[in-house]
Amino acid sequence: MKPRSIRKSAQRLAALALCALPATGFADELNSGDTAWMITATALVLFMTIPGLALFYAGMVRSKNVLSVLMQCFAITGLMSILWALFGYSLAFGEGNPFIGGFGKFFLSGVTVDAMSGTIPETVFMTFQMTFAIITPALIVGAFAERMKFSSMLIFMAAWLIFVYAPICHWVWGGGWLGAYGILDFAGGTVVHINAGVAGLAACIALGKRKGYPEIQMPPNNLGYTVMGASILWVGWFGFNAGSELAADGVAGMALAVTQLATAAAALAWMFSEWLAHGKPSVLGIASGAVAGLVAITPASGSVGPMGAIVIGLASGVVCFLASTRLKRALGYDDSLDVFGIHAVGGVVGALLTGVFCATVLGGAGFGEGNETIAAQVGAQFIGVIATIAYTFIASFVILKIVGAITGGLRVTEDEEQEGLDIALHDERGYIL
Amino acid sequence: MKLVTAIIKPFKLDDVRQALSELGVQGMTATEVKGFGRQKGHTELYRGAEYVVDFLPKVKLEVAVSSDDVDRILETITEAARTGKIGDGKIFVSDLHKVVRIRTGELDTAAL
Repeated sequence: MKPRSIRKSAQRLAALALCALPATGFADELNSGDTAWMITATALVLFMTIPGLALFYAGMVRSKNVLSVLMQCFAITGLMSILWALFGYSLAFGEGNPFIGGFGKFFLSGVTVDAMSGTIPETVFMTFQMTFAIITPALIVGAFAERMKFSSMLIFMAAWLIFVYAPICHWVWGGGWLGAYGILDFAGGTVVHINAGVAGLAACIALGKRKGYPEIQMPPNNLGYTVMGASILWVGWFGFNAGSELAADGVAGMALAVTQLATAAAALAWMFSEWLAHGKPSVLGIASGAVAGLVAITPASGSVGPMGAIVIGLASGVVCFLASTRLKRALGYDDSLDVFGIHAVGGVVGALLTGVFCATVLGGAGFGEGNETIAAQVGAQFIGVIATIAYTFIASFVILKIVGAITGGLRVTEDEEQEGLDIALHDERGYIL
Repeated sequence: MKLVTAIIKPFKLDDVRQALSELGVQGMTATEVKGFGRQKGHTELYRGAEYVVDFLPKVKLEVAVSSDDVDRILETITEAARTGKIGDGKIFVSDLHKVVRIRTGELDTAAL
């Protein structure tokens, strides 16, 4: 045959051969079920911040500061969204070194309409992770409520996202150094809760106590808001935990189930603890207990079973109750809304118990890579916990001190604090009755 | 003319108003106030922080009356507002120098 016809025959033969191959599934093929779920989960997690967390916190401060809390949460939502897109996503999930991601995805370069992240579009993955980058700094608000300057808060949060959240996120989820230990942190026990909780502790130490604390009474102004917020957090957390599977599958289903059970157990545990300790169960207590359970099940949600979840819930309910009531009073720091007592302590309880209840013999899904025993896994969990605590505390404290120097002080003036932040910082009143 | 000021338990407001209306009293003013005498407050608890609340909600009722009617009015209010338990309240009587009905300009007794 002439050369051209041989080439053409070869091409035809090759085409025929390809058609005969079984259709292979490529890893980057879009799964619409996964994608639909992840878009939904993203909305749920955003809802957790606005208005879930916003209301939860706002109801707990004094009425003269109710708007300031809502303002902080809303502003953080806007600011973190933009910074995540510009720099945060790349630093957390981009390819870099064991400690920080690279600049490759700065300005969301490469995150196009068609770009994939597993079976979902990368746009969805990026936005889902963005909602985590929003709620984590927003959690810290509770520690410095009622006394921080708005400008200082904004600058602190911007720096915190880049220098604290993104690195820790990278260490645990972005291919960083903590991944090597087989640490199980499904939805952010370390990245979100211990991180925010310890940063909160650093903040309340850096800022100091509210004027008059603890002698002056500062009761919550609207527990109705707080319960509404806690309820929204509970429901939204299905997006937080079950969404962290990044797919609509059995693992997500189990995450859903264990989240519900741990939260219910923790709510009851706090309620009964308070009933025993003080003689009456309270609505603030049961709502706080639920949040403590949600925090504790966060790292565990991908690897424990239902019964393990109940134990985790009971443990976190009791421990966080003690931390928020007894420990805080004993140590004397003014963590206005118990960010440390619930998120840091709950996060640690959850992270360590994950190491126990992930064991298949206890109904779990199995140990992390490289670990063969409960002791080994708990050891790994411990490493993650310590690394997070150490880095967050030091880095957050340093950033706060620098921001204080730049803005002429982290706190509002005494007069402003007395008048209330709503009027002093925003010229608005929360209640015009 | 006298100004009768009664501090009473909030839930007694309707009983007192009704009793005064039956007497022929045509108008009164009620304000929500906080106060205490011998009645103890209560304690509230928020995440382990105890708050002692001394001031209890009360209602302040003010009625402007002619001096002849004062005794009957005091009796009526006392009867209607009493529960027999601590915290029932007190009544104060003070002199009223002038009264004006804004709509018509009537003065003193004609304005009561």
